[in-house]
Amino acid sequence: MDNILEMKNINKSFFGVRALKSVSLEIRRGEVHCLIGENGAGKSTLMKILSGAYQRDSGEIVFNGKPLDTSSTLQVQQEGISIIYQEFNLASVLSVAENIFMGREPLNKFGMIDKEKMYADTQEILDKLGVEVSPKALVNKLSVAEQQFVEIAKALSFGAKLIVMDEPSATLTPKELERLFAVIYDLKMKGVSIIYISHHLDELIEIGDRVTVLRDGENVATDDVDKIDKDQIIRWMVGRDLTNSYPPRTVTPGEKVLEVKKLSSEGVLKDINFSLYKGEILGVAGLVGAGRTELVRALYGADPKDTGEIYLNKQLINVDSPKDSIDHGIGLLPEDRKQQGVVLGQSIKNNITLAKIDKITKKILIDNGQERREVQQYIESLGVKTPSQEMLARNLSGGNQQKVVLAKWMFTNSNILIFDEPTRGIDVGAKYEIYELMNKLTEQGKSIIMISSELPEIIGMSDRVLVMHKGRISSVYDRTELSQEKIMKSAAGEVG
Amino acid sequence: MDLELTQKISSSDKKNSFFEKINNSYYKPEIYAVIGLILLSIALSIASPYFFTSRNMINLARQVSLNAIIATGMTFVILTGGIDLSVGSIVAFTGTLIAGFIVNSGMSPVLASILGLALGTSFGVFNGLVISNTKIPPIIVTLGTMSMARGAALLYTGGSPIAGLSAGFKFIGRGYLGAIPVPVWIMVLILAVASVVLNKTKFGRHVCALGDNEETVRLSGISVKAIKMKIYMITGFMSAIAGLILAARLGSGQPLAGEGWELDAIAATVVGGTDIMGGRGTIIGTLIGAFIIGIINNGLNLLNVSPYLQLVVKGAVIVGAVFVRSGVVKRK
Repeated sequence: MDNILEMKNINKSFFGVRALKSVSLEIRRGEVHCLIGENGAGKSTLMKILSGAYQRDSGEIVFNGKPLDTSSTLQVQQEGISIIYQEFNLASVLSVAENIFMGREPLNKFGMIDKEKMYADTQEILDKLGVEVSPKALVNKLSVAEQQFVEIAKALSFGAKLIVMDEPSATLTPKELERLFAVIYDLKMKGVSIIYISHHLDELIEIGDRVTVLRDGENVATDDVDKIDKDQIIRWMVGRDLTNSYPPRTVTPGEKVLEVKKLSSEGVLKDINFSLYKGEILGVAGLVGAGRTELVRALYGADPKDTGEIYLNKQLINVDSPKDSIDHGIGLLPEDRKQQGVVLGQSIKNNITLAKIDKITKKILIDNGQERREVQQYIESLGVKTPSQEMLARNLSGGNQQKVVLAKWMFTNSNILIFDEPTRGIDVGAKYEIYELMNKLTEQGKSIIMISSELPEIIGMSDRVLVMHKGRISSVYDRTELSQEKIMKSAAGEVG
Repeated sequence: MDLELTQKISSSDKKNSFFEKINNSYYKPEIYAVIGLILLSIALSIASPYFFTSRNMINLARQVSLNAIIATGMTFVILTGGIDLSVGSIVAFTGTLIAGFIVNSGMSPVLASILGLALGTSFGVFNGLVISNTKIPPIIVTLGTMSMARGAALLYTGGSPIAGLSAGFKFIGRGYLGAIPVPVWIMVLILAVASVVLNKTKFGRHVCALGDNEETVRLSGISVKAIKMKIYMITGFMSAIAGLILAARLGSGQPLAGEGWELDAIAATVVGGTDIMGGRGTIIGTLIGAFIIGIINNGLNLLNVSPYLQLVVKGAVIVGAVFVRSGVVKRK
């Protein structure tokens, strides 16, 4: 089989630190090649070099038998390489067709955009993909999966022979993922090569033909997916054995700390009742749109609720705003970490103390020394990897950002922590660290509510699990009676 | 430093790494302003022997003081990602009220000043109330207030200046304490307090965080409304103080005073390194920015450059300064 792409001995340094050390990557025609590695392993640097966003220090890139001109991203795109980033490059108020042909709209003889032709051409591409989206539909009316398909259609309209997909599955539902896989399979049959980047190893095994693993900017291995298993990939990624994906739960939950009664919110939540015990991790499972995030946001006071009583240590408390919950020792680690958890443009230090600056304020002035000392303790005890407290949150990896958000709530002395998708977008090694921290917190007597869409995570970490379906709690399972099937069924509304 | 970090710091080509370093956390955002101020001063010292005399410097500081005071308020507003166009009109409104209270109504200067400051600030309160309780963008709300305050000043005065202020009152604008003009002392005091508030208090932290990410701030239990309310009130108050000083300096309340001052205040703020999108900036940077704007005016006057050309140069400097900064900061 011949190679569509050969990247040979690519080197790249930033500020004298080598991000890529002689990395090579070969992609065959019509294969799905998975590129994996922890955050910082060099995947995105390698892809940015391929796309022309970065210039390599040395090395060779051959595409389709010829040396590739990577002087600009446009040049690379015209050569037939398209990259679909996690955050889509689509203009949301324009139509599907306008997005696909942006900047190269077909013109009629008067020099105006030939809409008829643009829609017809778009329809043709979409048909080829087997995607049922109208070329005239506005992008902001489409689901995430459909937007992904528009990106793929755009890539194909450039005559892409190689498409790089960066974390395509991060926000897709299982159904949408199935459709994506079908489209990828179809592309493969048509001879298009795919570089697929994802943290979800199960997906890689399902869709991939071959896999290349990077670690610390170096090649670790390239092999056929058929010949290896998940454990092998993890060993390659982290460079050691991770015997368990989840650390064992050792805490026995104690007395009731929180009780929610008859919580309702018009059109979103219906009659929610549940309790949380000291030292417990309470999992909340359910499909996207089942009302899990809405539940914790209402509980936290971030969204208004219509009815409902919240008892903290058997006392009725009033929670109408996030401030109320913080005062009662409740903290929320939101799903959308970058938009709701951290302030990206502020330092680690300022992020950690943000919610309770009074604690380090003497009279009216912030005590910088005390602040630095306290922040340093959290950085060390949570293992935030940073050279300085003054580092902006934007420069941290997902796992370290999550630790900063956690530190923020530990700083406010929260006893109840709500984790909404605690490990979304976080790589395998850092995930394990987050789980260990969750265990440590519960050992210290704190209680955790954990929303997760990853069933293994729900099963691996929860003491009890609430399953939600259409704004209701459809069932509650104890750790001992948990299984993926049961959760799936109640999430789909087939039980309870 | 681990790989991940290095990788993320560098968001573009190697050639930009110097600028990226400067734009990263350890480096203060006002660094370009400092470099600009030094270069400008050297150039003007060479071009005009009068530039670097103590007399011209004191003169310059007095010219700059009013803009610096207003720009201090503007810095808080811009840090939250907002804007305030009403400052110049509030200057005129406050100045004419105080002059009118003293000259026409026979009030004592102290009472007239307090009342004038309060009424001038009330426009800031109005801005704050509307902006924090509605979804109307600050640029529209303060555009409205700009017109209202100017209209109120013209209505109150009937369109002509109110002159005849006492020598004691004029001291605020014209007097000296030691070798330094009174307005400069007031500026120093206000900027010192503002700098401490911004760097060393809860409020200052909240302001910066708010400009960066309103939702995270809200979810951190902080009242976004209260902060917005306060910053527009502060800016209104700063403008009112500037109005008081200006009336004292001119010896009269001028209903058309302060026209276009909002642009000078915004210019001083952004030239001083405050990110126009919010989140990052310093008071000292704004002071430097105000001096840069002032030096351009002052220096070009010394060089007998036509005032029309001065406007062109000033505009170019503003855009250039922001370009140097934003051209190298890649916002995601």
